[in-house]
Amino acid sequence: MINGVGRDIPEKIAGIKNVAPYVDPFSNVPVGQITGPKIVANKPRSEKVLQSIEQAIDAAGLKDGMTISFHHHFRNGDYVLNMVIAAIARKGIKGLTLAPSSLNTINEEIIPYIEQGVITAVETSGARGKLGQLLTSGKLSKPTIIRSHGGRARAIECGELHIDIAFIGAPACDTYGNINGVEGKSACGSLGYAMVDAAYADKVVAITDHLVPYPLFPISIPQTQVDYIVQVESIGDPKGIASGALRISKDPRELLIAQYAATAIEYSGYFKQDYSIQLGSGGASLAAARFLKEKMKKQGITASFGLGGVTAPFIEMLEEGLIKAVYDVQDFDIPSIESIKKNRNHQEMSASFYANPHNRGPIVNQLDVVILSATEVDVDFNVNVITDSNGVIMGAVGGHQDTAAGAALSIVVAPLLRGRLPMVMDQVHTVCTPGATVDIIVTERGVAVNPQRKDLIKNLKAANLPMMDIEELRDLAYEFAGKPDPIQVSDKIAAVVEYRDGTLIDVIRTPL
Amino acid sequence: MKLRRTMMFVPGNNPGMLINAGIYGADTIIFDLEDSVALSEKDAARHLVYNAMKSIRYSCEVAVRINHISTPFGYKDLETILAVKPDLIRLPKAETAADIEEIDELITAAEIKHGFRPGSINMMAAIETAKGIRNAYDIAAASPRMVAIAIGGEDYLADLQTSRTKDGKEFFAGRGQLILAAREAGIHAIDTVFGDVNNEEDFIAETTRIKEMGFDGKSVVNPRQINIVHEIYAPTEKEIDHAQRVIAAYEESLARKSGVVSLNGKMIDIPVVKRAQRTLAYANAVGKNERGTTL
Repeated sequence: MINGVGRDIPEKIAGIKNVAPYVDPFSNVPVGQITGPKIVANKPRSEKVLQSIEQAIDAAGLKDGMTISFHHHFRNGDYVLNMVIAAIARKGIKGLTLAPSSLNTINEEIIPYIEQGVITAVETSGARGKLGQLLTSGKLSKPTIIRSHGGRARAIECGELHIDIAFIGAPACDTYGNINGVEGKSACGSLGYAMVDAAYADKVVAITDHLVPYPLFPISIPQTQVDYIVQVESIGDPKGIASGALRISKDPRELLIAQYAATAIEYSGYFKQDYSIQLGSGGASLAAARFLKEKMKKQGITASFGLGGVTAPFIEMLEEGLIKAVYDVQDFDIPSIESIKKNRNHQEMSASFYANPHNRGPIVNQLDVVILSATEVDVDFNVNVITDSNGVIMGAVGGHQDTAAGAALSIVVAPLLRGRLPMVMDQVHTVCTPGATVDIIVTERGVAVNPQRKDLIKNLKAANLPMMDIEELRDLAYEFAGKPDPIQVSDKIAAVVEYRDGTLIDVIRTPL
Repeated sequence: MKLRRTMMFVPGNNPGMLINAGIYGADTIIFDLEDSVALSEKDAARHLVYNAMKSIRYSCEVAVRINHISTPFGYKDLETILAVKPDLIRLPKAETAADIEEIDELITAAEIKHGFRPGSINMMAAIETAKGIRNAYDIAAASPRMVAIAIGGEDYLADLQTSRTKDGKEFFAGRGQLILAAREAGIHAIDTVFGDVNNEEDFIAETTRIKEMGFDGKSVVNPRQINIVHEIYAPTEKEIDHAQRVIAAYEESLARKSGVVSLNGKMIDIPVVKRAQRTLAYANAVGKNERGTTL
């Protein structure tokens, strides 16, 4: 079957239950009911705190073939996923589906357990390094399912991704299971991704290194959703969880791209009082904050809300009154964590509130402008953020699909060349975000507007930007770097990339 | 009118920088074969710059800073680089008119050899010693190819036996001499680099100062400095408005075939017209001449 972005999706894929090809961003109408966790009873003064992870695994009733989940708020400082999987392996449980909200390089430690069959399937947003290589190799018994953050929340809520047991790294947890992410030595800020797991998993185990007497306040994940609590010495490495304030890039090429992106916003028609914005945490995307800030101050414009993975430059804008409120699904640095703790206009939100296309209103649908990064873009404006130039998984879809679809104006920033490789090409190796939801591509040598956006083409004429057709950008990239041969792949489908609505937008075949 | 508000140095031995040198909006890029290139990489840099210029279309003026012809590299630099027709050859450490005349002859020979239009390759010189400053006018006027002279910073200060200060007293005499020489010769005066890229405040102060002294532009070492200089050189709305009126009055007088230009009843001298043209050239360069007054 050729899907809506021209990709050949097999009618049946072994290990994937529902193979529905992607059609377009919004036509898929969901049917059925929202699912829920098993009903349980809790007796007065019951004890939730257990002595070890092993004990929690037993109490939660983990068995071969179940699905377990984790959150990735600890990023590269995460100890929880690794220690829980190690404990599961010691118990001899096998054939699990691992469904974390994302995977980081630190999680490479679990590779032996995948090879031993403790984990036989993975559903996540992405992976890097050796884990990415393993997931691309096709050695797992089922193809990995790649979902966006909104798509994952949707899959959990509709039951496509049923979590038997959610293990939640809890920076602060009281003895009855109230959790927040802002206190304790492993504070990570928002727990937005974990909120969905906690609400829908059959069993929820909190793993904490900061167990406090009841009650904990504020509450991000409530006691009503938490079955068991285990205290351990450390759930993460603070240095890997959050960096010092993320600083604006000094790379002149990233700054130039950021400047072009900010100018494109200024002239787009959306740069008005009370507009809303999301910036990625990538170099050029984040750097756009600097130029937008200058333009907002100069023209006396303030934003109604800012969205997303939150970083220090965003917090500065909040504190200076340039942004009225920040909605936060994830924090990237210490100033953001401090802000969510103290600033009432800095609101924690769940992944479903953020980006689930099948609820009654994710906030991405209210978004005016988003700036997103890309690994590759093609002449149809399709974007790849998951596979590298060898066809190997090395990134994550994250909120890319969700914000591109939701925002009125989606801008993708990318260098025209990375090293000796063109980044604007005939066809991206893997489509993650469909071109129908991408409006502007910004590179250091030219800015291309999706031809469907005649309004933007008209508005940007006054912007004094190096406007080009996307084909011109591609030709320019090929002129410098040559046209690379397509990556040779086998028939083996190592992973499927879901669109946020649950249809398949692409498959990742194992490279030869 | 050719502007040289920013002349950006790009190390000749860095392929990534050579490829992207043209995208940052500098009025001139200067591929450097001299101070930023180690002795062991002189030949590599020369060939990298040669190949970059041969295969990449740069949309701005392209200059090459060669090694001085008194070094073992200068002649080879010229021989290689002239074959790909740079817009401009920049000679470092110029001290006498003879330096310029010798290179002028080599360029003339290369133009004939490669079939380039005679006089199509320009020259500029950096003056980096007290002796050079004393000879600044002779250097500036030594060849019709000369389009600019620049003051070179650290070597000049070493020769003067002083060092950098915040308010630039040490450069005052040299800059003053240089601008006078350039103006007398009718060519551009370019200021030295400001190496502390992260010190925006002092960079702005220095650039404002040299603009007020009359310099046409500044050498820069990082793309992040370009917009700062261009903003400082951008005329105000009031200046643009006045310049547009002067040019309109001038054109009207031309149309009337009258030798007298007057605006609001006041006579206008030709230098005022020229200044207005210069103002509008700067305004055009930053897209501020919205009325689109032609020059």
